[in-house]
Amino acid sequence: MTTVATTHVSASAEPTRRDFLFIATAATGAVGLASAIWPFISQMGPDAVTIAAGAPVEFDLAPVAEGQIVKLFWRGKLIFVRHRTKDEIKSAQETDITSLRDPQADADRVKAGKDQWLIVYGNCTHLGCVPLGNEGAFHGWQCPCHGSVFDTSGRIRQGPAPTNLPVPPYAFTSDTSIRIG
Amino acid sequence: MSGPSTYVPKSAFGKWFESRLPIVGLIHSSFVVFPNPRNLNYFWTFGGILAFMLVAQILTGVVLAMHYTPHADMAFASVEAIMRDVNYGWMIRYLHANGASMFFIAVYVHIFRGLYYGSYKAPREILWILGVIIFLLMMATAFMGYVLPWGQMSFWGATVITNLFSAIPGVGETIVTFLWGGYSVANPTLNRFFSLHYLLPFMIAGVVVLHIWALHVPGSNNPAGIEKKTEKDTLPFHPYFTVKDAFALACFLMVYVWFAFYIPNFLGHADNYIEANAAVTPSHIVPEWYFLPFYAILRAIPDKLLGVLAMFGSIAVMAILPWLDTSRVRSGRYRPVFQVFFWLFAINAVLLGWLGAKPPEGGYVIASRICTAYYFAYYIIILPLLGLFETPKALPASIADSVLGKSGSASAMPAGAAHEPSKKA
Repeated sequence: MTTVATTHVSASAEPTRRDFLFIATAATGAVGLASAIWPFISQMGPDAVTIAAGAPVEFDLAPVAEGQIVKLFWRGKLIFVRHRTKDEIKSAQETDITSLRDPQADADRVKAGKDQWLIVYGNCTHLGCVPLGNEGAFHGWQCPCHGSVFDTSGRIRQGPAPTNLPVPPYAFTSDTSIRIG
Repeated sequence: MSGPSTYVPKSAFGKWFESRLPIVGLIHSSFVVFPNPRNLNYFWTFGGILAFMLVAQILTGVVLAMHYTPHADMAFASVEAIMRDVNYGWMIRYLHANGASMFFIAVYVHIFRGLYYGSYKAPREILWILGVIIFLLMMATAFMGYVLPWGQMSFWGATVITNLFSAIPGVGETIVTFLWGGYSVANPTLNRFFSLHYLLPFMIAGVVVLHIWALHVPGSNNPAGIEKKTEKDTLPFHPYFTVKDAFALACFLMVYVWFAFYIPNFLGHADNYIEANAAVTPSHIVPEWYFLPFYAILRAIPDKLLGVLAMFGSIAVMAILPWLDTSRVRSGRYRPVFQVFFWLFAINAVLLGWLGAKPPEGGYVIASRICTAYYFAYYIIILPLLGLFETPKALPASIADSVLGKSGSASAMPAGAAHEPSKKA
């Protein structure tokens, strides 16, 4: 009993072995907990197969008629390939970009000299629905879910979507084919 | 759950058992002799109905999980197999699907009961907040359950709701990718939703235990909104309230099975009998009816982040309600001005639900904005100010007096009144 009482008195004066063990255990536990949590968060992310499925895809543009919108998938995401008419290109280019929510010139959204090909992601930037082609006040797309309206350059014009339909990474491999990814 | 038990086991085995695990005494003190206010009306039976619905959903759900395949290629077909091939599969699935709707009908009655009679006010704030947590867990569970059949509404509902998190600045897109387990709603998403849909009901059950525990500290609120003072104000839980709860439950179940057997798809959407297609969104996409008011709030605001914040805020504001209502009088029965605003709020909530089902254009958007404004104004402007300016009616001196139609008098009740526990003023 005498020994215990002595230990308690000295505890207030200087750190004891018990203090050291407490801090060392807590520190080790915190590091251990953090490293144990990480795998459980990481497993939520895209797995190896999902990432591997993101390899580039080739797409032949030749069968896509003027005025037609074709849908394809890359990395599980929907992509619109739109063969724009002369009028659609004209209205996209003549839009005053200062009036836009997400100002971007049409020339920045297509490849130079390939004005007729608009290639954009097919999910509305609001909450991910698929907008309907050739609908809405600007004859681009209109989303059936929450009413966002996109023009013939896939730019947001009305409704709740915050940004334009993004342009996926792609390049022309020949005059009539593209590689997405 | 409230004070020492008065339970005395009769048998020798009972005494032996009770001294080792006093669970029979706990049940006895919580659900047999527990003193309830004698003036509880039928709105107070919905807690028991909700407990029943949780158990019913877990039982039917566990059975459905025995026949369901959580894979993007097979889920839709496995649900069809449940409907056509599994013995009574159609019945169990319809009970489960309509059970979710009935669960929400009951919880909305339960919530509005609390809003009207001031059940959120001191000393029941924690009880109320636990209820808000249960409501959130219910919404998450119902949403993920609706995804499992992998129909068009399942798929696009999952897409829209998970995309809500993309509104978070900076990390939103990463969070959504981690929710999906990929770059779009796909098989990994379905798999984890199935896992979580199975888990969450048990978490609800856990919070329900806390909810009942917190309830049994002060005991139930009551239509008069005054605390029980003497034994004359109360009746034992059994048989008075077990019978009342059981009768209400039986009536409720008749409505439930009527839906399940006669109009099983009335509350659903035909589009969900089309298998999920990532290339086509249904032309008119709406959530299940019980989410419509919150969906209308989301759509009312023409900005993605603010719309999402308003939708989550519309539930979060309920959690701080105990501190927003400044009135010292608990029950709406004695608050004449509050009653007007309360019923406007109730109509407004139904109107928001109706607007949530309408296309997001023209007058519907304007109406949604007005209704959304009133929804928030009720919580953060009207209730704080009303408590300061309203003159409430005189409160009865006791619950017993309120039952006997007296007010402001403390005289004892006549003999025999105890035999009419549900008779109200």
